Amino acid sequence: MALELIGVSKEVGARTHIAPTSLVLEKGTMNVLLGPTLSGKTSLMRLMAGLDVPTAGRIIWDGKDVTGMRVQDRKVAMVYQQFINYPSISVYDNIASPLRLQRKSKAEIDSAVRATAEMMKLTPLLQRKPLELSGGQQQRCALARALVKGAGLVLLDEPLANLDYKLREELRTEIPKIFEASGAIFVYATTEPEEALLLGGNTATLWEGRVTQFGPTPLVYRQPKDATTARVFSDPPMNFLPVTKAGARLLFGEGQNAPAGGTFAGIPDGRYLAGFRANHIEIARPGTPAGGALEFRCTLAVTEITGSETFVHLDHGGDRWVGLLPGVQDYVAGDELTIRLDPAFVYVFGEDGALVASAPYAAAA
Amino acid sequence: MSDATLSLPAKRSRALPRVNGSAVVMGLYILFLMLPIYWLVNMSLKTNTEITSTFTLWPRDLTFANYRTILTDPSWYMGYVNSLIYVVMNTVISISVALPAAYAFSRYRFLGDKHLFFWLLTNRMAPPAVFALPFFQLYSSVGLFDTHIAVALAHCLFNVPLAVWILEGFMRGVPKEIDETAYIDGYSFPRFFVKIFMPLIASGIGVAAFFCFMFSWVELLLSRTLTSVNAKPIAATMTRTVSASGMDWGVLAAAGVLTIVPGALVIYFVRNYIAKGFALGRV
Repeated sequence: MALELIGVSKEVGARTHIAPTSLVLEKGTMNVLLGPTLSGKTSLMRLMAGLDVPTAGRIIWDGKDVTGMRVQDRKVAMVYQQFINYPSISVYDNIASPLRLQRKSKAEIDSAVRATAEMMKLTPLLQRKPLELSGGQQQRCALARALVKGAGLVLLDEPLANLDYKLREELRTEIPKIFEASGAIFVYATTEPEEALLLGGNTATLWEGRVTQFGPTPLVYRQPKDATTARVFSDPPMNFLPVTKAGARLLFGEGQNAPAGGTFAGIPDGRYLAGFRANHIEIARPGTPAGGALEFRCTLAVTEITGSETFVHLDHGGDRWVGLLPGVQDYVAGDELTIRLDPAFVYVFGEDGALVASAPYAAAA
Repeated sequence: MSDATLSLPAKRSRALPRVNGSAVVMGLYILFLMLPIYWLVNMSLKTNTEITSTFTLWPRDLTFANYRTILTDPSWYMGYVNSLIYVVMNTVISISVALPAAYAFSRYRFLGDKHLFFWLLTNRMAPPAVFALPFFQLYSSVGLFDTHIAVALAHCLFNVPLAVWILEGFMRGVPKEIDETAYIDGYSFPRFFVKIFMPLIASGIGVAAFFCFMFSWVELLLSRTLTSVNAKPIAATMTRTVSASGMDWGVLAAAGVLTIVPGALVIYFVRNYIAKGFALGRV
């Protein structure tokens, strides 16, 4: 049992919402669609669900072509970012409604609803109307309705985006556990790289209606195929600077260079784009040796302190970089800082954006 | 002692009734609003002699004879029956036609949808007198003249567009995702519409029905033109009661009171949603 998209695309008027996409989602897997707003996550999900018909391409479900099939006849479930329940009927009836439509017996429905409600911690609330619940409870109700149906394909479109931080963490750890047992294909759309890494499974990164990469989540994170994927799958976004390969060395400007060993050895000479993630930046303390790290002089533009971490926005000759430092840092805007970067954390992309050499640390892992 | 004498003037001023400006204004306003209605009720409970000969603020000679006349004389009470029949028919037709139309306008984009939607409203801008002649001729030639359905259909001309506008506003407030969730859950369209969607816009249906009821109930020109005997509405009966023996003031006033009652009853049920209805559901 698998969901297969073969060259599926969606155009509305003259605008391409989804460029031709081919994906295979295996049974019992968690698949994350990761991309910024308007990257096509929801459009792709609607095609998978059958709410929209693709402009071209075919969708194969369990070996059968379901491209034009009505959504009612497909065994799918979907949860939206907004808390969508049937406001006029009780939570119990909400959860029971997909089962009633499947013409299950009363006893069967009752036991399924109660078991699901227990799992979603809704048991004391079954007789209430959805609008009498808190946001988290409403979304639990929507999740329960999606879960009780026993659908083979469960689509979750940013289900936690409208919840407050605490509830989000709580549900985020519960969702993989709850759905692991069901054996269904899960598709989970999110804008947050962190969420993709927490959920595990596979990740497809989306950018402007294109799936830029699809594979096991840690692999996509460590070895992005191109600069776009790396940008999407980094929060804060990946930092870039030009680099030149000349002979056995990588030249970063400002007299900074590093030996082109390991993954960098095979790159032909020429101009490239170097990328590195925010958490790999260190601030150089005066008097300590660089120890092979690259050093760049930057001006601090803004600091954002979250408590356990501090984001420093740096200006480097017109490029805006973001660094992630541990703890609370007392830098002030305008400070001149020297940052250090271990060349082992540097990805090298071609000028067209395709990955030329993965970072040595990632290749080793 | 001196304390007591000093506090005396203060006490006296506190004892004076305080004049609340806004209460006075509101009181006067309500008085002006209620005066004609009060006078109508007042008249309906008097004898004709008392109405025409003296000025009395309340009935000196209380009588229910006027009401008895209306409720026992078929030429009177059949007016109410006829009016109610075509008003209810019109409300049912208008709402059942407007529901699917409003759903289409709120959920789908199609060629000329905005123009069509606006054109619907322009139907309300023409005076009924314009349509009286074509309706009269048309219904006479197809044998619909002086039937309840004739008036009900004629009133659809105003009420269907109004109901579509009101319902569309209420439907727009329901997120489209609810429709899609229902389809995903396996609801067919008709079942979804009746079981899930209509309860969601129940207040909108109530308000739209109220407006249809009201406009059809108070409309006089078309209903009078399209009927003669069998479907004669109460408003027509009232205007034709100036007889050779002069005006029967008391009976007319009683008829007026009874004409207000249905509207007052219906408005009670939708009182919380009327404002939204006047804004055509767009609040």
